[in-house]
Order: sequence, then structure tokens, then C-alpha cells
Amino acid sequence: MNRLSRDGLVRAIVCFTPILWAIAFMFVPYVIILTYSFWTKKFPTFLPDFQFGNYALIFFDPQYVSVLMRTGKIALFVTAAALLLAYPFAYFLVFRVKSAKVRGLLYMAVIAPLWVSYLLRAYTWKTILGNNGVLNSFLVSIGILDEPTDVFLYNQFSMVVTLTYIFIPFMVMPIYTALEKIPKNLIEASKDLGIGPWGTFWKVVWPLSLPGVIAGATFTFCLTFGDFVAPVLVGGPDGVMVANIITSQFGSALNWPLGSALAIVVLIIVLSIIEMSDRVQRAGRIDLA
Amino acid sequence: MVSATLKERAGNGVFGTVIACILAYLYLPILILVIFSFNDSSSLTLPLKGFTWQWYETLFNNSDLLQALRNSFYVAISATTLTLLIGVPAAFALDRIRFPGKTVFRRLVLLPLVLPGIITGISMLNLFKLVGFQLSLETVIIGHATALISIVVTQVFARLQRLNRSLEEAAADLGARPWETFFFVTLPNIRSALIGSALLSFTLSFDEIPVTFFLTGRDNTLPMYIWSTLRRGITPEINAVGTLIILGSLVMIVLSVSMLRPQDE
Repeated sequence: MNRLSRDGLVRAIVCFTPILWAIAFMFVPYVIILTYSFWTKKFPTFLPDFQFGNYALIFFDPQYVSVLMRTGKIALFVTAAALLLAYPFAYFLVFRVKSAKVRGLLYMAVIAPLWVSYLLRAYTWKTILGNNGVLNSFLVSIGILDEPTDVFLYNQFSMVVTLTYIFIPFMVMPIYTALEKIPKNLIEASKDLGIGPWGTFWKVVWPLSLPGVIAGATFTFCLTFGDFVAPVLVGGPDGVMVANIITSQFGSALNWPLGSALAIVVLIIVLSIIEMSDRVQRAGRIDLA
Repeated sequence: MVSATLKERAGNGVFGTVIACILAYLYLPILILVIFSFNDSSSLTLPLKGFTWQWYETLFNNSDLLQALRNSFYVAISATTLTLLIGVPAAFALDRIRFPGKTVFRRLVLLPLVLPGIITGISMLNLFKLVGFQLSLETVIIGHATALISIVVTQVFARLQRLNRSLEEAAADLGARPWETFFFVTLPNIRSALIGSALLSFTLSFDEIPVTFFLTGRDNTLPMYIWSTLRRGITPEINAVGTLIILGSLVMIVLSVSMLRPQDE
């Protein structure tokens, strides 16, 4: 009895701290921004209210609609670019590299940049793509360009290059894991049945790697969608994303209700994407065991 | 037969090129960052002008930067400790204890893995303003710890799921008290997950911007300091700080690989 009640006490403590923390620092803050999102702005402060004006503004004012669309577009491009690079890389590692040591090393080589400061990885692209940057001065010095050009930096191209660079490890990891799980005898069986390499890829490897692709795409998309560092460093006026708009509502624009509503919209978009990818994964799960 | 191997070779060639390009894409920018930290010119353009330590010297005489560096260590060490203290029990609770609202709790705790950092940042900013907390490095620590719990929970939980429970049962059968079982059986078995998530949490906290941006008072962490200098323009001094940070990351990577290897084998 004594043992049991003490056991219960330990369990209670183990549960209690994290739950309390999650309520105080996650649940309550989310409820607060949800509440603020219905308030009205009345310079210089905000009034408690319950109205959907902030949301109406986000969905009907072309200024905010276009930022949301642009953010989605850039996130899609980044996801596509990361997939195009990550898939062949992971495929090569799993199916072509014979030595386990080389495979491990190459895998580490892709993951390692995650440990290197995210800010620095964005910054270095600014120094590369800029008007006085490394790429421009290189092209001028070898005679391809007569004078430095502005086309590399402060546009959506530089955003996609930089963000793909930053988030590509998140695409490689799940795809690699998914490809590694595919039993090699399935591929041999397909070969023995007379199906060519392309057929084997499309009918065996690709479907079985889809869970990894979906997981990677979800991660890359969501992380890009909420990024606010890259737009400031390499985006320029054309690359402002929703996170920058939120930031300015809490800063210079001083409109916390609108900023909160935007944050809730981002939260809902990210959650729906995760929910969707969860469902797709569950529906498409193929049991190999 | 011959044509098959030839084809395979050609295929390997194509793949090899793709790999080389991706590795170049990943590492050339970092290399460029490092090279220009030693370049004897205040602009970051080619051709290179010659070798100098000058940017490192200015760096070590920059008291603001050194203070930011100290702040970053303080924040990262505290946040890592705090996040372990909350995240490890959370992982145990999720693995072993049934309680009402468990699914909601799991989702809530894991949310920051995919949720943009600025949402964690502004939601906690709202909380602190509401209850009248003064923004400081301590509020940053609470913010980081909250965002990083997700990292600790995913890693420790995954390890606990793979843990062979019969070891703990055997210890209990042999008369070990629950705390003895925990410290001598369970803990050593999840050691790699603990170290791994601690190192990762430290690195991520050291490097964090979005949450710090909203939750810091007058004090700057290193990334925030770099961030504010960047808005004024690019200087090779930033490359020098960057090179040192990369060196630090390298140490962390080697540390995590070498500390985690023995048990995983």
C-alpha cells in the first residue's frame, strides 16, 4: 500500500511539471493571441472586443492576401527545389554507394549544416549574391559580365536559393530513412520479373518512399512558411513574407490584434498541413513487415 | 552483360555529378564565409586581397560582441538544463503513464517542431506583458526551453519506446528500489538520447532568433547582435565571428558523434 501510494506520487510529479509548463507557457499564450485577434485597435492601445474585422482584413485586403499567397508560393518553390535535390541524393546514398562508411559520411555531410548557425547560412548568401558580392565580382573578373548586376539578390529567386539551402537537410533525412527501409529483395524480385530500372523505380521504390517524401515536404513547407530571417536578409521588398508582417504589427505598426490574427491564420495553415500529411501517410501506409 | 555494367557506370557517373553539385551547394557558401574572414579588404569581393588576422582582432576588442557571446552561453546552458528537466519527465509520462488529455498534451508539446518560432515568440510575449514580467535574458530562457522541449521529447520518447522493459523488471525482481532501477538501469540506457538532445538543444538555443527577438529586453544574444549589425551592412568582422561559430559547431558535431557511437553499436 505504502509502495503503491509512493509510486502514485512519483507518477503525479512526473506528469505534473510538464503538464503545468505546457499549460502555462503554451496553452495559455495561444489562448491569449486567439483572444487578442478579436480585439480592436484604438490608437495608442487596443480595446477588448469580439469582432472579425482583423480576419476580414487579412482575407479581403489585397495587401495581406498577396503576402499570404506569396509566402505560400515561395514555400512551394522551396519544397519542390529541395525535393528535386534531396531525392536523387538520398537515392544514390541508399542504392548506389556500396560502402557503409562512405554512405554514413555523405549522410553526415548533408545533416551537418543543420548544426551551423541558421543566421550565418542566410547571411553568407547575402554576401554571395549581392551587387558587390562574390558571384558578381567573380563573373566580372572572368569577363562574363561587364558590370555587376542586381538580378541575383533581393528577389524571390534569392529567397528560394537561400531557403532551399537552409532547409534541405529536413528533406534528405526522412527520404533517406524511407529508402533505407525498402527491402532490397523487392527490387531484385522486380528485376527478376523482367521490369526495367525505370519501371522498378516508379512501381516499387517511389511508392514505398512516399511517406518520407511527404514528411520531408511537410517539414520544408512549414518551416519556410514561417521564416522571417531570410526575407529580411535576401528578400527585399518583393520577398516580404507573412512572418515579417506579423513582426511589424508587434513593432512599428503597433497593431497587436491584427498581428495576433495573422499568427492564428499561420497557426491554422500549418496545423492543417500537418493534419493532412498525417492522414495521407496513414491512408497510404504499406505494411512491409 | 557488358552493356549492363556500362549502363550502371554511366548511371553512377550521373549520380556522382549530382552528389558533387549538392555537396558544392552545401559547402561552397560556408567556405566562402570562412575565406573572407581572412581577406585583407573591407569589401567582400573577388579577387582576394591577401591574408589578415585584422577582423579577428577587431572582434576580440569589441566589448558589445563579447558581452553578447557571454549572454548566449548563459541562455543556451540555462535553457538546455531547463528543457531537459521538463522534457525528460514529459517523455516518461508519454511513454508510461496514462492520464486524461494525453493526446492534447502530446500535440501541444510537439507543436514547436513545425510551428514557426515567431508564433512561440509573440504568444509568450503577450503572456509576459499581461502578467507584467520584465523582458530579460530570463524570459528568453523560458521561451527557448519551451520551444526545445519538443526536441528532447521526440528523442527521449523514441529511445524509451525501444527500451527493453524486461531489464527494469529484472532489476525490480532482484530487489532494486524504483529510484535505483531508474538511476542504474533506465538512465544509462537512454544516455545517448539525453546527450544527443542536450547537444542539439544547446546548439539550437545558441543560434535562436525568432523567439529571442520578441522576448529579450535590453540584452542581446550573439545571433541578435549579429542580426542588428547586419541591418547596418556587411562587414568581414561578421565573417570572422561566423568562422568561430562554425568552428564551435564542428566541435559540437564531433562531440555528439563520438559520444553517441559506443552505445549505438
